[in-house]
Parts: sequence; structure tokens; C-alpha cells
Amino acid sequence: MTNARALVYLITTVLFIYGVMRLRNPQQARSGNTLAAIGMLLALIATLVGVSIHRPLILVIGIVVGGVIGALSARLVRMTSMPQMVALFNGMGGGAAALVASGDVLRLVPHANAGAADLTVALLDILIGAVSFSGSLIAFAKLNEWMTGRPITYTGQRAINAIVFGILVLGGAYLIITGDAHQGGFFLAYALGAIVLGLLGVFPIGGGDMPVVISLLNSFTGLAVAATGFLLKNDVLIVAGTFVGASGAILTQLMSRAMNRSLGNIVFGAFGQIQTHGSAGAVDGTVQETHAEDVAILLSYASRVVIVPGYGLAVARAQQEVKELMNNLEAKGVDVRFGIHPVAGRMPGHMNVLLAEVDIPYQNLYDMDAINPDFPRTDVVLVVGANDVTNPDARNNPSSPIYGMPILNVDAAQRIIVLKRSMNPGFAGIDNPLYLNPKCQMLFGDAKQSLNQLLQALNEVVV
Amino acid sequence: MLSSNLILELYIFALAAFLGYQLISKVPSVLHTPLMSATNAIHGIILVGAISLAATAHGALGLSIAMAALILASMNVVGGFVVTDRILEMFSKQHQK
Repeated sequence: MTNARALVYLITTVLFIYGVMRLRNPQQARSGNTLAAIGMLLALIATLVGVSIHRPLILVIGIVVGGVIGALSARLVRMTSMPQMVALFNGMGGGAAALVASGDVLRLVPHANAGAADLTVALLDILIGAVSFSGSLIAFAKLNEWMTGRPITYTGQRAINAIVFGILVLGGAYLIITGDAHQGGFFLAYALGAIVLGLLGVFPIGGGDMPVVISLLNSFTGLAVAATGFLLKNDVLIVAGTFVGASGAILTQLMSRAMNRSLGNIVFGAFGQIQTHGSAGAVDGTVQETHAEDVAILLSYASRVVIVPGYGLAVARAQQEVKELMNNLEAKGVDVRFGIHPVAGRMPGHMNVLLAEVDIPYQNLYDMDAINPDFPRTDVVLVVGANDVTNPDARNNPSSPIYGMPILNVDAAQRIIVLKRSMNPGFAGIDNPLYLNPKCQMLFGDAKQSLNQLLQALNEVVV
Repeated sequence: MLSSNLILELYIFALAAFLGYQLISKVPSVLHTPLMSATNAIHGIILVGAISLAATAHGALGLSIAMAALILASMNVVGGFVVTDRILEMFSKQHQK
């Protein structure tokens, strides 16, 4: 490695770390991302200048094809689909790390001069990278609703996963000790096994837990990249990969803590299976249905309204309607606030992003701890497509799978109106006794349509 | 005896791990998604590895692997940074108000 290139890599490292430091502050975050991107560009230019370009075509085609696909898919996709795009690109990185490790070992095959240490790192790299690749693709498919978001479970699932993992560990050890890893066939089988492990591992995890899983797989990809760095003796890969691996690990922990669950429970718990035994301590009661006209009158005469947005709002793309509702009510002198649960939607901050898209002022958005004391003084809570984050079972029912998760205490308000497509359970797959609360009424239908009907009805109300 | 180069690499590894852990320890939950997305883009640095691999690869298999690695890694880099920027665009808009 020439000195010039090593120095550029050093600058890249500094820009990555400084960029992430700025990302910890909302006002500086965007510039932080730009700095990291500049660091990346510098490293790529330095690398391209340094290599002997006797096969420029491969380099150009590979980078242009990948870059164009990446840019277009990231640009064209809707804001609501951002979480699955992060999963998809993370999977690509994991796959690339596994491929580079495979290619590096293959390159050494004819000379059979890859030592045991190199082989160990390479196999570890392939294992982690391939798991991240296939696991991320399943996460993408689940979030994109290409497959069911519910956990896929079957008998002996954990045993099968443990056996596959065991075979990979023992098989890897065998390949290293005997030196058979120098044969392409074994290598391929090992990589395929790792891909299968990634699929099997993410199948039993419910869609609601995907952000945490993506964060975990992000950390995995970081580690795979660091391993590639050891293999290629490339410092910038080691430092950036390790940095991402470590920050991804702590981020995963923070995210599971926000849901008051352990990481083990998320990965192995098959959380969100449809509860067949019925919710213990279920209260008998009836669900009351209401109509847009009644809700309009209720809202018009309220002095304080809190809107609780959830994934249903994102799916229906009803953020503009929510904004109009806010304007309409504020014109009538109603105090309108938004109560945002940290994990509402499919990723932390999802709702903030959506509401900001339609210019809902920041001071109207309240996070969970800020809004909860307000509910007893609130006349009407309008729950728009949120479910599990309002489920009182999290507070009251120790047998509920979400028991202990901090929730928005909407049931403390005078009246609760829930906009919901149907009585189907939410993403966690559990019943919500809130809907049986005598103070609660349901307005069934797509959030966008319901809100439009509500707006129309509001215009006819004379206060 | 481990080579001094490897020792140095292990030092880098250990320090980078602490730094990553320390930097992310106290961030508000609204920033979790952008951070995840940004670090996702950063591990796209594997593209550097894919480029060096492509420069030395030979044979049909070696070249196909290098090509696939280049495509996947480029998607990771470009897609990762663009998605992060789109998410953060919303944040900066929010805070100007």
C-alpha cells in the first residue's frame, strides 16, 4: 500500500467517525451523513487510482450497475418503505463481504498458500456475511409484505437451527484442520449452508421486531467487513467495519430496550404469533362502532385533542389528511397535539419523519414521556392506525407478551376514537382490550378515507 | 510470534470497537433509524475490498465473484447514503420550524 493511499484512508476514517458524531444531533445529522459520504468517495478514488487496471471493464460495469440500482431504488421508493431499503442494502454489504472473502481464498487456491489463520478468518467472514445477506433479504421481504410478517414457526425449529449452526462450526473447523477448504466445492457448500442459516434464523421473527433484527444484521455486516479487512490487510476496512459492528451492537441493545424486551426474546421468542389461547384476563364487552359525523361533532366541541399516529397512517399515506384535520381543528380553537410512541410504525422516528413531510410543526409533536401526563386532561384521543403501542395489556396483564412495554396511556382520556381498517389484531398479533373500553369507539375503514369523511363532516359542523 | 503488523491491526480493532460503543451509547430514540442507516452505508467500504479483489481476480469463477461483489458493494454504498440522506432531510425540515 502506498503512503498516499494510506493517508487518504486515514482521512476517510476520521470523516466516518466525525460524521457519526454529528449524526447524534438532529440539527447536524444531515451534514454528518454527507461527511461520511465524502470520506467514502475519497477512499474509493484512492483505491481505484492505486490498482493496476488491467480489467477496467469489470470495475466500471460492476460499480456503475450497482451504483445505479442503489441510487434509483433509494430515490424512487416511498418514505414509508425506508426500513426495508436499509435492510436490503445491508444485505448487499454482507453478501459483498462474503464474496470478497471467498474470492480472496479462491485466488490463493492454486498456490494452496492460505494459512490456517487466514482460512479461519475467511470462513468466519463468509458465515457472518452470508447470514447477514439472506437474513436481511427475509427482513426486506417481510417488511415489504412479499411474505407474511408473522413469525413462521414449526416444531423442532430451534433444534434445526442449532444443528445447522453446529454443522457450520464443525464443518468449518474440519475444513481448516484438514486443509480441504482449498477445494472450491467445500467452500461453496459452506457458503450455501450459511445462507440457509440466515433464512432459518429470521423466519421465526415477527415483522414488528424487524428494526431490531436489521440493526443486529447491520452489526453483523460490520464485523464481516472487519474480518475482510484482516484478510486483505486493509486498515480502513478493519476500522470502519469494527466501528459499525460495535455501534450496531449497542444500537440493537438500545432499540430492544425501548421495547422493554431482551434481545434474546426478540431473536428466539417468535414474538407476535397469533395467540390461540385468548388473552388472559380479557374483559367481556362490546366493540362500539361510530361514524364520521359523530366524531366530527365530538372533535369540534373538544378543547384538547391528541392524535396518536401509527403504521396504519403510513400505509394509507394519510399524513396530508392528518395535517388538514389539525388545521381545521386549530381554526376551531381546539388544541391539537400529536403523541408519538418511540416505536410507532416500523422504525424509531418513522412517525416524526412522516409528519414532518407534510410540515406539521415540530412543537406539536410530543414523545411518549411528554404526552402521557396530558391524557387525563385530554377530551378526545384520535388513534390513527396505531394498535400495540396503545394496548393497556402492556400495563395490566402480566401474561401478555407485550407486558412491560411502555405505552401511550390513551385510555386515561375522556374519549378514545380509533381509526382502524378492521378488528384484525395489530402487528404483534395480540388482542387489544382498549377497543372494549366503554370510552372507546371505532371508526372502521382505511385511514385516508376515514379522515377525508371526517374532514367533510367537520366542514358541515357549525360551532 | 505474531507479526507486528497484525498486532497493530488488533490495536485498531480494539480501539474502533470501544469508540463505536461509546459514541452510540446515549442517543435519543428518534435518531436510532438514521444512525442505523448511516452506519449501514459506512460498511459499504467493503467496496474498497471488492475493487482490490477485482484487480487481482482471474478465471471465470474468480471474475464472476469479483463482479458480483462489486455490484452488491456499490448498491450498499450508494443506496445506503441516499436513503440516509432522505431520512435526514425530513429531520432537518422538522427542526427549521
